[in-house]
Amino acid sequence: MSGRVLVGVKRVIDYAVKIRVKPDHSGVVTDGVKHSMNPFCEIAVEEAVKLKEKKLMKEVVVVSCGPQQSQETIRTALAMGADRGIHVEVSGKDYETLGPLQVSKILAALAKKEDAQLIILGKQAIDDDCNQTGQMTAALLDWPQGTFASEVSLEKDGIKVVREIDGGLETIKISTPAVLTADLRLNTPRYATLPNIMKAKKKKIANVKPADLGVDLTSRLEVLRVDEPPQRQAGMKVETVDDLVSKLKDAGKV
Amino acid sequence: QFTNQGMLMFAKCKLIDIVYSWSRSTKSLPVMGSDHTSGVVSFPPLQTYSEEESMMKDAVKKYAQERIAPFVSKMDENSAMDEEVIKSLFEQGLMGIEIDPEYGGTGSSFFASILVIEELAKVDPSVSVLCDIQNTLINVLFTKLGTPAQKEKYLSHLSTDMIGSFCLSEAESGSDAFALKTRAEKHKDFYVINGSKMWISNAEHAGVFLVMANVNPSGYRGITCFIVDRETEGLEIGRKENKLGLRASSTCPVNFDNVKVPESNILGEIGHGYKYAIGMLNEGRIGIAAQMVGLAQGCFDHTVPYTRQRVQFGKRIFDFQGMQHQIAHVATQIEAARLLTYNAARLKEAGRPFIKEACMAKYFSAEVATLTTSKCIEWMGGVGFTKDYPIEKYYRDCKIGTIYEGTTNIQLSTMAKFIDKEFEQ
Repeated sequence: MSGRVLVGVKRVIDYAVKIRVKPDHSGVVTDGVKHSMNPFCEIAVEEAVKLKEKKLMKEVVVVSCGPQQSQETIRTALAMGADRGIHVEVSGKDYETLGPLQVSKILAALAKKEDAQLIILGKQAIDDDCNQTGQMTAALLDWPQGTFASEVSLEKDGIKVVREIDGGLETIKISTPAVLTADLRLNTPRYATLPNIMKAKKKKIANVKPADLGVDLTSRLEVLRVDEPPQRQAGMKVETVDDLVSKLKDAGKV
Repeated sequence: QFTNQGMLMFAKCKLIDIVYSWSRSTKSLPVMGSDHTSGVVSFPPLQTYSEEESMMKDAVKKYAQERIAPFVSKMDENSAMDEEVIKSLFEQGLMGIEIDPEYGGTGSSFFASILVIEELAKVDPSVSVLCDIQNTLINVLFTKLGTPAQKEKYLSHLSTDMIGSFCLSEAESGSDAFALKTRAEKHKDFYVINGSKMWISNAEHAGVFLVMANVNPSGYRGITCFIVDRETEGLEIGRKENKLGLRASSTCPVNFDNVKVPESNILGEIGHGYKYAIGMLNEGRIGIAAQMVGLAQGCFDHTVPYTRQRVQFGKRIFDFQGMQHQIAHVATQIEAARLLTYNAARLKEAGRPFIKEACMAKYFSAEVATLTTSKCIEWMGGVGFTKDYPIEKYYRDCKIGTIYEGTTNIQLSTMAKFIDKEFEQ
């Protein structure tokens, strides 16, 4: 089995940053805040590069939808070993309302255009926690999906995927072409070594507009309000079980 | 990197052209446009990095936090560099930053080396100095002076698996470097080296030693640089020094007892050793400046969060004006030290005179590191004095900054010579 892997990467607020809600509650503060590649996307890139190194796939193409700065995220993927990048330009209002539905339409269109055999995505992004893009992309393409993958092996007659599910681990076999979404334990992403960062400079990043792919960016969702999680209330210590029960009754919890 | 031809062209250019024909590394810097209405050209600030330099800085920061930080305390206590850490430094391409990819190196710029040294020093100054010596001294000497055969033999190892050591100092010659006594006696087509070097960094792990020895004892014009492989008979690495700081970096005496070295192992020309050493040390001191800046910043970054959490007399200790003034003062000093260092590095890359500025950067950064670490212990109070917190290690590590690769007094005297010349009529 040889062919092209399409990997989607998303530029998100860095996981270590303390998130602050905007005063007008329309969203979170992103200006001047450190951004990096979504951790699950890193795992997806790593898996794709591993497949290429094992000579099971020929080319790794990395895609990101967003403003100019998304190119930095693509560069990082190139430094990890991806061969070339595609930057789908989405900025301004369109970027604010960009969600899994539009991204999956873009990825589906690109998969057809690039004749991809495999799409690997992170299972979800750490900013919206949607966990939808992989599934929607597979549906749009009518391809099988192996989501929450913690182990992937390419075999002669398909792909064996071990999935992390609530009950434990589920092993499935799906035919190609297919969509996979990476879970935490799939692999440990490599560091971009300095020589690879230098090599990444020479790799190409193509610019594409959503309109060129025939994708309508209109959102079907409207964010009404964004709030911080409620402040944690102070706890109370009680001496006896009876005390506990009466306090719970008073608070109307029992 | 900057050829003689390039330098002549450079001198002929107009001021505006200078901005655009800067060295190879800065070509990809975001060039600030000129304001067309007033014709004023704006220049990028010193803390402007090319995209690759920026990516490298981030990559090394992440790598240092995840792969070096967990070992720092143990390495300091055992006075030994962890083998895994050394291996990962090579794997990340950090030991051959300026070496051509033809020899397995990264093929990046001097400034990239400076950024790497600074980032590593924030986590462990000992690891940083290992990387600094390799990149700014050893690799540069081989690249600039090596014959094609020597480069072929050594550069690809230096970038992938071999550490180098630079042997100049002796028990009786530190600042007075060229009073060195190690002799190299010429025989037919080989030399026999006898003598003892002291304070040699990286010696415990080095695979190759660049040894300054005198072929003509009647003066310093005989000092020659010899390439000596570790396994050469007669080369003996002495016992590691038990140091106050930078303990994970091995510092050993290296003894030469009738060490035979073929003529083909001379690096550069006979009798030019002192010139090469001075040249390399001029560049090396920018590396040390970067190490000291990183050390100061790393220590500072560990301390300020504590001052923001610790509450006394009903408020954070950070909120006391006395503390705020001290903290702001130290932050300013670190910023100034960083700018001196970056400027010296960019000057060197641009092929412009940089020796005075390099001295200033090293002298100032070492002093700032001393000030910062001392203050940080005070701000941490009692816990700053214990080994449970990383602060006291930075305090011990910083002291060597005012001593090695040219003591503070030597830096000041060198600067004074330049200043004297500037005022010559």
